[in-house]
Amino acid sequence: MRLPGPALRQVLGETLSELAGKDPKIVVLDGDVGSSTGGAAVETAHPERYLQTGIGEQNMVAMAAGLATVGFVPFITTFACFAVARALDSIRVLVAQPGLPVTIVGGYAGLLTGMTGKTHQIFNDVAIMRSLASMTVIAPADQIETRQVIERLAALDGPAYVQITREPSSAIFDEDYRFEVGRAVTVRHGHDLVLISTGVQTTRVVDAAELLAERGVSAAVLHCPTIKPIDETSLVEAALGAELVVTVEEQSVLGGLGGAVAEVLADKALVPVKRLGIQDCYGESGPNEALLEKYRLSAARVADDVEQLLSTIHSRNEPAIERSRLDDD
Amino acid sequence: MSASVEEADLRTLACDARETVLRAVANARGGHLGGPLSAVDLLIALYFGVLRIRPEEPTWPERDRFVLSKGHSSVALYAVMALRGYFPLEEVMTFDAINSRLQGHPDMTALPGLDMSTGSLGLGFSAGVGIALGAQLKGSGFTTFVMLGDGECNEGTVWEGAHVAHRYRLDNLVAVVDQNGLQQFGWLDPSTGRRVPPYVGAELADRWRAFGWRVLEADGHDLRTLPAVLQDAREGSGAPTVVVARTVKGKGVSFMEGDYSWHSRVPTSDELARALGEIDVTRRTPERVP
Ligand SMILES: Cc1ncc(C[n+]2csc(CCOP(=O)(O)OP(=O)(O)O)c2C)c(N)n1
Repeated sequence: MRLPGPALRQVLGETLSELAGKDPKIVVLDGDVGSSTGGAAVETAHPERYLQTGIGEQNMVAMAAGLATVGFVPFITTFACFAVARALDSIRVLVAQPGLPVTIVGGYAGLLTGMTGKTHQIFNDVAIMRSLASMTVIAPADQIETRQVIERLAALDGPAYVQITREPSSAIFDEDYRFEVGRAVTVRHGHDLVLISTGVQTTRVVDAAELLAERGVSAAVLHCPTIKPIDETSLVEAALGAELVVTVEEQSVLGGLGGAVAEVLADKALVPVKRLGIQDCYGESGPNEALLEKYRLSAARVADDVEQLLSTIHSRNEPAIERSRLDDD
Repeated sequence: MSASVEEADLRTLACDARETVLRAVANARGGHLGGPLSAVDLLIALYFGVLRIRPEEPTWPERDRFVLSKGHSSVALYAVMALRGYFPLEEVMTFDAINSRLQGHPDMTALPGLDMSTGSLGLGFSAGVGIALGAQLKGSGFTTFVMLGDGECNEGTVWEGAHVAHRYRLDNLVAVVDQNGLQQFGWLDPSTGRRVPPYVGAELADRWRAFGWRVLEADGHDLRTLPAVLQDAREGSGAPTVVVARTVKGKGVSFMEGDYSWHSRVPTSDELARALGEIDVTRRTPERVP
């Protein structure tokens, strides 16, 4: 297992500060949580470009829309739960529908929210945001990717949502890596099945693939940082010839990455798709390790669950699959 | 029924609550401190002097309702509820642990005695307006108390609810604002270097007044006067009442007082020892009569 590096929220603050230094159009809006999201770094570097809007998320997003119409490039920084759930109508009507270049950064994304519990854990922000037409949705996996995602979004001419996690996070990419909006990347090759993941969960899925290799299972890992627009070509390519596709995400199994992959593969490829993630329930407080275990997102639990899914597939009777293949013609 | 406790005992209870808050946060390695410590005396006054409740029967239908809208101060509420007899004091040490009833933010599905789940600021207040309106519709005699932070009053929902409570003349509703003059990060005032809410001093009380509320102002740490003010607040007068209580964020621990960075910091073992030492001194020092 890899050693953790700086938290993505720290990278976010550094990258936004640099970008604001280069481009006077960039403004960062904070909903009174800059000390948590990493946004505070921008206040230190460029106080005049750091707009404190207080605890009032729907107002903050609406203000960002206004700023965008007069030529600014606003980044909204607050917790994912409040950015999406509290401000949704501002996002829908003022950002997504007009297609304004506002980037909403959802901090403390996923399960690990500093023990705050279910009110602060949102598991369907990806599902919600990807259901908005015109919205780009991205979940970076590590420090290198986060920096590039933020740089790319500053130049994107349209609305975007990006998840940023709280905890120190291990690295999977090196300096040569090039992030592109809408492109998935194979981060591990394998021939027994394909694991598809996104965000920081990809780092745990890579570890899970290593554990599976020790047990004689060869799993490829496809990292899908952009959940919308999803990389259909890479998904279909990876799925063709695979015996099983398993999506794994630090999100609800309803409507997120798993939903996006299932939608594509249902149309395009003949392969069973299984979805691992949070099982349509709410979260709770607890230490990180305990939460990852209980909600089955640690590398060990993912490896166990994938093995279980594989054995289920293997014990299925072959003729049924053959018949369905014929039916499709 | 409200427990009648002597003033001196209230002070001791407040020290016990602060000690429990500090130990629980240090033990969990998570949670908040500044806001819980500023709210302790208000919670003690409410739970031991004002609220009509039955800790042994937490769902008693005629109980007064209490909503901690500033839900991040949960650990203070847990400490005070435990002292009041809802559950053993030791249980507070399970705060933030996995599978615990004492969640980071109050979860009414986990712990009996919580009248609303909170944590998303501004919403608990509106829920309280709904509870009070429901009581009025049903003809129930209980009073609904809601505690908010001054930072929380940034939220639009607070003022949306304030209009409605005034419109329905909900004099069975009492809002208590823990005005400690800090929020999480706030606005940097370059002249003082302090990070403050957008309204200071009397400006916040004036806003509530402008919304048609009856406003009572109080020292949020004076346990000699708080029970009477809160008692007065519940005496219906045709309008909802807000008690704007001046407090100090981090109250009781000198190096946390008035420092925004203690909003949600976890003390080191050394800091914990120093903090507990200060609480102990307070516990043993009789209050000076001014
Ligand atoms: C809707 C929402 N936005 C942001 C937060 C994050 N948050 C938690 S506490 C806090 C500051 C609250 O300040 P205040 O109400 O003054 O509380 P206190 O100073 O008493 O702790 C913030 C911004 C939240 N819990 N809910």
